[in-house]
Amino acid sequence: MAIDLHKYANPRRFLAITSAIYPWSLALTVILLAAGLYTGLFVAPPDYQQGETVRIMFVHVPAAWMGLMIYTFMAVASAVGLIWKHPVADLSAKAAAPIGACFTFLSLVTGSLWGEPMWGTWWVWDARLTSMLILLFLYLGYIALWQSFDDPSKASKAAAILALVGVINVPIIKFSVDWWNTLHQPASVATMSGPKIYSSILTPLLIMGLAYTAFFVTLLIIRVRAEILARRLRILQLSELQER
Amino acid sequence: MKAFFSLIARDLKLAARQGSAVALSLCFFVIVIVLFPLGVGPEMTVLARIAPGVLWVAALLACLLTLDRIFQADYEDGSLDQLVIGPLPLSFLVLAKVIAHWLTSVLPLIIIAPVLALSLNLASDGVIAVTFALLIGSPTLSLIGAVGAALTMGMRRGGVLLSLLVLPLYIPVLIFGVAAVEAAVAMLPMAPHLLLLGGMSLGALVVGPLAAGAALRLALE
Repeated sequence: MAIDLHKYANPRRFLAITSAIYPWSLALTVILLAAGLYTGLFVAPPDYQQGETVRIMFVHVPAAWMGLMIYTFMAVASAVGLIWKHPVADLSAKAAAPIGACFTFLSLVTGSLWGEPMWGTWWVWDARLTSMLILLFLYLGYIALWQSFDDPSKASKAAAILALVGVINVPIIKFSVDWWNTLHQPASVATMSGPKIYSSILTPLLIMGLAYTAFFVTLLIIRVRAEILARRLRILQLSELQER
Repeated sequence: MKAFFSLIARDLKLAARQGSAVALSLCFFVIVIVLFPLGVGPEMTVLARIAPGVLWVAALLACLLTLDRIFQADYEDGSLDQLVIGPLPLSFLVLAKVIAHWLTSVLPLIIIAPVLALSLNLASDGVIAVTFALLIGSPTLSLIGAVGAALTMGMRRGGVLLSLLVLPLYIPVLIFGVAAVEAAVAMLPMAPHLLLLGGMSLGALVVGPLAAGAALRLALE
């Protein structure tokens, strides 16, 4: 396992593999996003209580999933980077953070747009909303820590420590529904007794989730490649300066 | 073990001889709490309602302000390098520093908290509860704060970054700390909240020194 990881951690091999994956993930993103939006916005029936506003859920719920998933991904990448000192893992964690922050922000905004007609208020201090807001702050802190170091190798380690400490917060967010269980509806997809949503709503939700994941992979590939190239450029510039 | 206790004793002695720092954080704590009645009005029922939250938020902020004192001074005069070379493992070094910080910067806040709670018209059950909740929950603040302090050590604008890094991680302590006090005021059992606070403190006792030790090693490379 460790040997395999080393093989893929080589930046050049990483670039070769990702450039092979990239067109597929891009195509998958476009197809799944189109399918998910079509089934979500046109095929799925309006809810008997929520009416048409239920369609906001197809944008909102997967964004919240992605917010959590990307933070977990960041923590795993940080742990790999810290333990095996893989530069690509560090760069992946760095590249994932702004994407995750955007998804978290999207889930907060769409949630508030949904809450206005449904709950009659833009924002409630409910456990789940609040913990998504905290997650956004965790992302922002992580990004800010990266930016406040001049030395990228130091920054990557410091940010990795922060991500690993912060990841303790992710389970708190996940289970906060069961702990506080206030105004927000309790978990209804991943419950012990299987999903509680009717399939006409669940299918577009899952398609959108997959579409977001593919979108994340596509963006991540672009960003990590840019990071690797930027680092190479920096090394070239430094060596040119030394030669002078 | 001897090195551990002598490090704590050294930090306590340093804090005692520069007594103004402790007094300043106490003044900050008091003044933040004084601002709330001025801001929301002197109505006693409102103050009693918000008292637990105000006390906890003020304690969080006062603790945050003193975090840079854990490592910064030693880092600047070079004694931290000496300590790292010394016999003490890095995570125990952090633990000794955290204990000294808690004793000098957080314990004084807890001692005057009951008086401030009374001034905010908190019921007497609540006054006892807030003291206990602070005693059990506040070690988490110092332990998590040490991680942030170690990460931002030596930075020019470390203070602002420190608050962004540390305050989100303080939120669970705030929630359960306030819940404990409110349960006590409502004559409900507060033991579950205190147990959760204790659990968080124990968890932070494991994670905090390790993470802060790693961050220290990184900063001193």
